[in-house]
Amino acid sequence: MTTVSIRVNGIATSRDVAPRTLLVHYLREELGLTGTHVGCDTSNCGACTVHLNGEAVKSCTVLAVQADGEDVTSIEGLRPAEGMEFHPVQQGFHECHGLQCGYCTPGMVMACAALLSENADPSETEIRTALEGNLCRCTGYQMIVDSVRWAAEHTPTA
Amino acid sequence: MSLVGAAVRRKEDPNLLVGRGRFVDDIVVPGAVFMMFVRSTEAHARIRSIDTSNAMGIQGVVGVFTAADFGDLAKIPGLPPELAPLHRSVLAVDTVRFVGDPLAVVVAEDRSIAEDAVEAVVVDYEPLPVLASIGASLAAMADPDGPRIYPDLATNALPIIPEAERDPAFDAAPHRVNQRFVNNRCSAVPIEALAIVADWGPSGLVVHASFQAPHHLRNQLALFFGIPQHECRVVAPDVGGGFGTKICFYPEWFLAPALSRLLGRPVRAAQTRSEGMVHMHHGRAQENDVEVAYDDDGKILGIRVHTYQDLGGYPDPTGLGLGVLTSWMSCGVYAIPLAQTAVTAVITNTTPVAAYRGAGRPEATFFVERMMDIVADRLGLDPAEIRFRNFIQPDQFPYAAATNPEAVFYDSGNYPAALDELKRIMGYEQLLAEQSARNADPSQPLMGIGLACWLEIAGFGPNGSLEGFGHLGSWESAQIRIQPDGTALISAGTSPHGQGNATAFAQIAGDELGIDFDRISVRFGDTETVQQGIGTMGSRAIAVGGDAVKNAAIQIRERAVQIAAHQLEAAPEDIEVANGVFSVRGTPARSVAWAEVATAAFQPLSLPEGMGAGTLDATVFNEVSNFSFPTGAYGCVVGVDRLTGEVGIERFIVVDDCGVVINPLLAEGQVHGGVAQGISQALYEHVQYSESGQPLTSTLVDYLVPAATDLPRFETGRVVTPTPVNSLGAKGIGESGAVGSPPAVINAVVDALSSFGVVHLDMPATPEKVWRAMNAPT
Amino acid sequence: MIPSAFDYIRADSADAAIAALAEHGDEAKLLAGGHSLLPLMKLRLASPSVIVDIGRLAELSYVTDRGDHVAIGALTRHRDVERSELLATQVPILAHAAREVGDPQVRNRGTIGGSLAHGDGASDLPAVVLALGGTLIARGPAGERSVAAADFFQGFLETALAPDELLTEVRVPKVPNAGWSYQKFNRRAMDWAIVGAAVVRNGSDCGIGLVNMSTIPLRAAASERALAGGASVAEASSLADDGTEPSSDIHGSSEYRRHLARVLVRRGLEAATP
Repeated sequence: MTTVSIRVNGIATSRDVAPRTLLVHYLREELGLTGTHVGCDTSNCGACTVHLNGEAVKSCTVLAVQADGEDVTSIEGLRPAEGMEFHPVQQGFHECHGLQCGYCTPGMVMACAALLSENADPSETEIRTALEGNLCRCTGYQMIVDSVRWAAEHTPTA
Repeated sequence: MSLVGAAVRRKEDPNLLVGRGRFVDDIVVPGAVFMMFVRSTEAHARIRSIDTSNAMGIQGVVGVFTAADFGDLAKIPGLPPELAPLHRSVLAVDTVRFVGDPLAVVVAEDRSIAEDAVEAVVVDYEPLPVLASIGASLAAMADPDGPRIYPDLATNALPIIPEAERDPAFDAAPHRVNQRFVNNRCSAVPIEALAIVADWGPSGLVVHASFQAPHHLRNQLALFFGIPQHECRVVAPDVGGGFGTKICFYPEWFLAPALSRLLGRPVRAAQTRSEGMVHMHHGRAQENDVEVAYDDDGKILGIRVHTYQDLGGYPDPTGLGLGVLTSWMSCGVYAIPLAQTAVTAVITNTTPVAAYRGAGRPEATFFVERMMDIVADRLGLDPAEIRFRNFIQPDQFPYAAATNPEAVFYDSGNYPAALDELKRIMGYEQLLAEQSARNADPSQPLMGIGLACWLEIAGFGPNGSLEGFGHLGSWESAQIRIQPDGTALISAGTSPHGQGNATAFAQIAGDELGIDFDRISVRFGDTETVQQGIGTMGSRAIAVGGDAVKNAAIQIRERAVQIAAHQLEAAPEDIEVANGVFSVRGTPARSVAWAEVATAAFQPLSLPEGMGAGTLDATVFNEVSNFSFPTGAYGCVVGVDRLTGEVGIERFIVVDDCGVVINPLLAEGQVHGGVAQGISQALYEHVQYSESGQPLTSTLVDYLVPAATDLPRFETGRVVTPTPVNSLGAKGIGESGAVGSPPAVINAVVDALSSFGVVHLDMPATPEKVWRAMNAPT
Repeated sequence: MIPSAFDYIRADSADAAIAALAEHGDEAKLLAGGHSLLPLMKLRLASPSVIVDIGRLAELSYVTDRGDHVAIGALTRHRDVERSELLATQVPILAHAAREVGDPQVRNRGTIGGSLAHGDGASDLPAVVLALGGTLIARGPAGERSVAAADFFQGFLETALAPDELLTEVRVPKVPNAGWSYQKFNRRAMDWAIVGAAVVRNGSDCGIGLVNMSTIPLRAAASERALAGGASVAEASSLADDGTEPSSDIHGSSEYRRHLARVLVRRGLEAATP
């Protein structure tokens, strides 16, 4: 067992875990943050995407010990924008029907949020490229692209 | 303003968006243990021994169990008694029949220990001959002493529809053409794989399962364990996609409860994707020998089909029915006067095959639409023109299909209008001109244009249709209760897994009841709180379930109007309701709010003579008289790299006719998702096995589910021919995209390769396959 | 899905990592970004009993101008290789190829050193470094040594690194005026290449690295020699698969891969006109 301390969604957490504990399981099982999902075991589907120090990563391919001392933001940590019920990406998904079953959605939203934090006005090609590592079986992706465009156009500027 | 027809945003979204969905593996269950299967590494073998001693020695392992520990359990339900030798046990007893076949189960304190223990179980096999394809399985039949996957059955092939003697009209026709079509085995890959929590306590069994038909599972679990249904509760909470693969009865649905009862603790399972790729039933895996007779004008005079359906190692009741649906749909949208179809279902040493989005209809559509192009090519006819010459006309409905005139009546449609609209959106004539120029220029990719005019059978279904697959009935239920404050609670028997039924049903009910969309809640999926339902499959939720909601809402409105009329001292026929208010027609000042009517409904002193408390509560079990037949015309433009054979989709246009559209956003989302899977089947996906039955595509590295960069944008159009089959006029649309898209893609690819003399290409059209076709000796 | 159990050591310096490797020998594996190792461990295709985590050795993450070459620390993430302005001007093919690795999430974690040390002939960066004629720096208990890329990749997942050695740096020559092209042929954007060709044309020199035409990255030596001898692009690229041993699998037969190699080398040479 090893002690892991991770700041998750702004809150300090600390647990004793087996070193082989994946970050996704730390979030889901140690912290009860079940919004981050597992969809595969070969790092393809991206349903487990969270932000590690602000960058999108697949939490199934990160050991919790690798995130020791670092900052993690999961879907539960996204904050609504001024004047919106949700974070702009979440709001965009709602406006443009970017989700159906919702299982890939948390990882998809986190990947989209990471994109917009680095590129506030992405083209369709840039959006699709940014989502290379996130699989959705329900939407065919077009409405996800539309959702990100909506978010880009409606994010309140600072 | 009507809610039906409006792009209303979904009620389902908020929880799912913020990570507060409740999928089975999210549910916290104190004291639960984790189960995981030990799976066969052989495709066909006798189990000599299973050594669990190392596994048992791992700290945290609660137990390791084999079939011997469950000898008194029934077989997994679903198959008819005549097929008793095929009935599957919860764990392989002495023979394994596909790689991945569960033969033992580990139970441990957590999933990491369970994985350790699974690895530590040692199995000794005595290999048996492997029949890993339809061809191998049928070839074995030629030898009376050849291998039989079920020796007690004495055959590997089940005749589902016997072959009729060839009608003389085929030979009498001016022309004939034969072609074999292989419909590639696919895997549904919902992003959530199978998961279950079973908790058997003193007051009964509670199961949470990632499933499409909770009442169906409850009924079968009760039967299986010999317990009363009221002590058996099944909940399908949020379900992460299904696509048909979550209607099947998998061993864990029965084993987890059995283990929970044995161990006195809740038992949970959440399979990994690698497990899911071999364990969750596959789809398609069908081969069709097709002959078409035609005349000089391209009029199709007859079609003759022998369908070979791969069943896998444990035939599934839905798998057995796939070929029948293919058979029924073998005339497509064309007025073909003669159809002779036969279906043989073949057992192989592979993962079982069952329903996958379209379930038998994509297969039929594929060979029908490919044949139209093959015939057009032979006659030098434009592919659109040959279709116009053969369409069933708008004034011919209901149309009895020659494939089965007793059972198959197309409800409504305007196939010429759909193709006209497709051509218009595509700019068909312009594309043809562009194609000539591009294909003459060796520096440009080859351009191909493909059409697919299709229909499919949906809205399952008329009485008897789902019973044939083992369901309790073919109706669907809805209950609506008005709360004292005038808000509405709908309980529906469908079990959505992404379709947005809560939103659509609230729209339907809102229009009938005049209650605000935000004052209506819809719930599903819990057998304890929702009346008996059938479930979500066969594109039936709106067509049958939505219709039930509408009928229940009408009943409640009629009773509410009685109460309002009493309150307003007016005649019921003069009462209108909208926007939460009942008013007297012509005098809007005389009105009463829904809340007042709703409260009064519980207060006999406020009610008209003869009316008691609690009338604003209606349950409907809705039967439909026929299937519905969503239809459409799809078009695809491809560019093919002349050197590598790589196919890129440049445009994909879909014109759908799903009858009346309840919510265009939801309808379009369903089409996009179905088309994505159909394009993927045509270009990327293929579950493959070696000759010895070893899976070659058992992870998402090798099984190519496309990402956003790998699919095009979709252009959409619409034709509306309401269905007379339900009061909504809605046909359903859930499977349409997967039905119509594969042939549109392949027709485009073959068109691009026409200068090479390529007649047909099976799916997936991989770069190498296309390259070989371009370079094949003529 | 979950790796076998292992003991975890966090190295606080390169020397500490080397000492841990020396102590545990074959039982130990280094963990940097984890995107080559962890996927194998999750499928239990690799089950090291000791993991030595070097992910926090920030001193090994850099992209530095060293005059005639650019030095890249082994722990530099693909994302940083992709975005390096120095590489964009001096060794653009490497920056471009880094963008082709996996998907954005993979690039945020995976490192160039991890990818090279993993030694998979199907990965993007080994063939690019090979085409550039790069040098790899290994450090062990006895000190540092440099290994030419041509000698570094020795077999499937086998490199010149000894079990107690740490790859610390990659050196690639500056080629600001070279024509270059990285031709990656795959089905989906996130996939490994079915075949790939990295082409660098610097004056009369030409380096062509082939991805997935053997268990190790290979130079298309016959093509390079032909070009040097004055052959046309068409002639030279027709020799691209000489000396290669592509495998046959569900993604491509060896015959098709040979054909692809010839096509991609031709397209790479045509695109790499300076």
